[in-house]
Amino acid sequence: MKIGVATAELAYGRSYRRRLAVGLDRHPRARLALLLGLPLGALIVVYFGSLAVLFLNSFWSRDPFTGHVVREFTLDNFMALGRPLFITVTLRTVGMAAAVTVTCAVLAFPIAYYMARIASPRLRGALVVAVLTPLWASYVIKAYSWRLILSEEGVLNWLLGPIGLRGPGYGEIGLWLVFTYLWLPYMILPVFAGLLRIPSSVVEASADLGARGWTTFRHVVLPLAFPAVVAGSIFTFSLTLGDYIAPGLVTRGQQFIGNLILSNFGIPDLPLAAAQSLVPLAIMIVYLLIARRLGAFEAL
Amino acid sequence: MGIRGGLGRLGLLAATVAVLILLYVPLSLVIAYAFNTSGTQAWPPSGFTLHWIEEALANTGLKDAFMTSVGAALGATAVAIVLGSLAALAVSRHRFFGRETVSLLLLLPISLPGVVTGMALSTTFATTDIPLGLMAIVIGHSTFCVVLVYNNVLARMRRVSGSLEEASADLGADSFQTFRYVTFPAMRSAILAGALLAFALSFDEIIVTIFVAGGVKTLPVWIFQSFRLANQVALVNVAGLAAILLSVIPVYIATRITADTGAVGRT
Repeated sequence: MKIGVATAELAYGRSYRRRLAVGLDRHPRARLALLLGLPLGALIVVYFGSLAVLFLNSFWSRDPFTGHVVREFTLDNFMALGRPLFITVTLRTVGMAAAVTVTCAVLAFPIAYYMARIASPRLRGALVVAVLTPLWASYVIKAYSWRLILSEEGVLNWLLGPIGLRGPGYGEIGLWLVFTYLWLPYMILPVFAGLLRIPSSVVEASADLGARGWTTFRHVVLPLAFPAVVAGSIFTFSLTLGDYIAPGLVTRGQQFIGNLILSNFGIPDLPLAAAQSLVPLAIMIVYLLIARRLGAFEAL
Repeated sequence: MGIRGGLGRLGLLAATVAVLILLYVPLSLVIAYAFNTSGTQAWPPSGFTLHWIEEALANTGLKDAFMTSVGAALGATAVAIVLGSLAALAVSRHRFFGRETVSLLLLLPISLPGVVTGMALSTTFATTDIPLGLMAIVIGHSTFCVVLVYNNVLARMRRVSGSLEEASADLGADSFQTFRYVTFPAMRSAILAGALLAFALSFDEIIVTIFVAGGVKTLPVWIFQSFRLANQVALVNVAGLAAILLSVIPVYIATRITADTGAVGRT
């Protein structure tokens, strides 16, 4: 490597570009700084800087007459987080996120298992594409499609009508279905990847030691796949926590954290909205820390 | 295999088919409605027509929203390509303290709730007097699009041996030449795959967008603001068809490109 550099230097030593290149060859640290400086700097300034400004704003207040932000320290916004309405909305949102996460995990496991351990490699590839495509298809349209399905004269009532049943209509049950549908692929793919990583020899060893199919599943496959389920749950939980579009589409005005923040953002009462958005942020940070403990990050 | 019995296998197959039906019926429905004569939400459709597509093509609000979305997505994708590739090169070709943390930091914007990201950016723009609008959308989308290019390029560079680059250097190439003739050709298709995903994600994004858009309407925002208006319902379905195609086609191409690595996830 040194000889190559030396030769290069002899041939092109005078050009500025060349000198820079040689300098970079000799100083990997400088090269690293150049590569990493821009992306990391931008991320830290724009994203983490914004989170810091959000935090700062939550200690400010809104002038009730002008609507402008008053930049003086106050804890009023945090006091407001203790109001019964906000607590109810927070609990409702977290409950929804938990219900959606559990439903997604239950629905995802069989298909992920089939994809990873039963399907032929060819079929497996096709199934991965089949699960990926709806994950990426227009989010707002996927949510909107359920407005069509759940509506009074929609598909669900049309299907259930002849057997004397009715769909749940717009509301919390409907929203639970919509969220489950929306985030299901985010659960299927990590669980599939997790199941794929379990060596067949481990499963065979369990069978050789006399375990029946169910016992092997319960004591070998499930514990090994659990970190992958937690990895998937990061998405199902976080996406539900931060969503205000689907509640707007398929509920009759039930409030979730996202809607509440958006409505305060629109008043505009930025400081209050800022304090309120620290709540899903804090919940998610705690969730991520627990997920890391459970080994989810290795399964991502 | 954990589940040996033919019955268990059949049950898993049935569950697989059921989930696939669940995933595809809602999307197919929107597509069916786009060609529905009646232009209402009632099921079943009353007949087949191309009338709404013609009407949508003539609707300037819808066309403007579509072009705004394309513009925002192209901008965010361009930023994601540059920043994502640089970070992936740094992590794959250098050892340094905190290397594992880089992936985690880049993953954070996409894994924190959208309403938090939206509020954080919007508050910051308001506090620093940066105007909301297309530029703000591009900045906002970039924060979570970078990781898509990063992950794809990183996965590729981990499989391409560094000895190729060393050989290039031994043969007298400098850093820039090695990048141009060895490294870049190796990462090119991974960049493309990541860029297609970034485009699809940005094109679809609405949660963060609403917070930073000001009065600017992207296609998802147009859809979200129009679905309640009775005379727009038929057009929303056509807009939905366009939105589905413009996110699914790039992703399909991306999966073909990276079929060997399987690096197409949002993680």
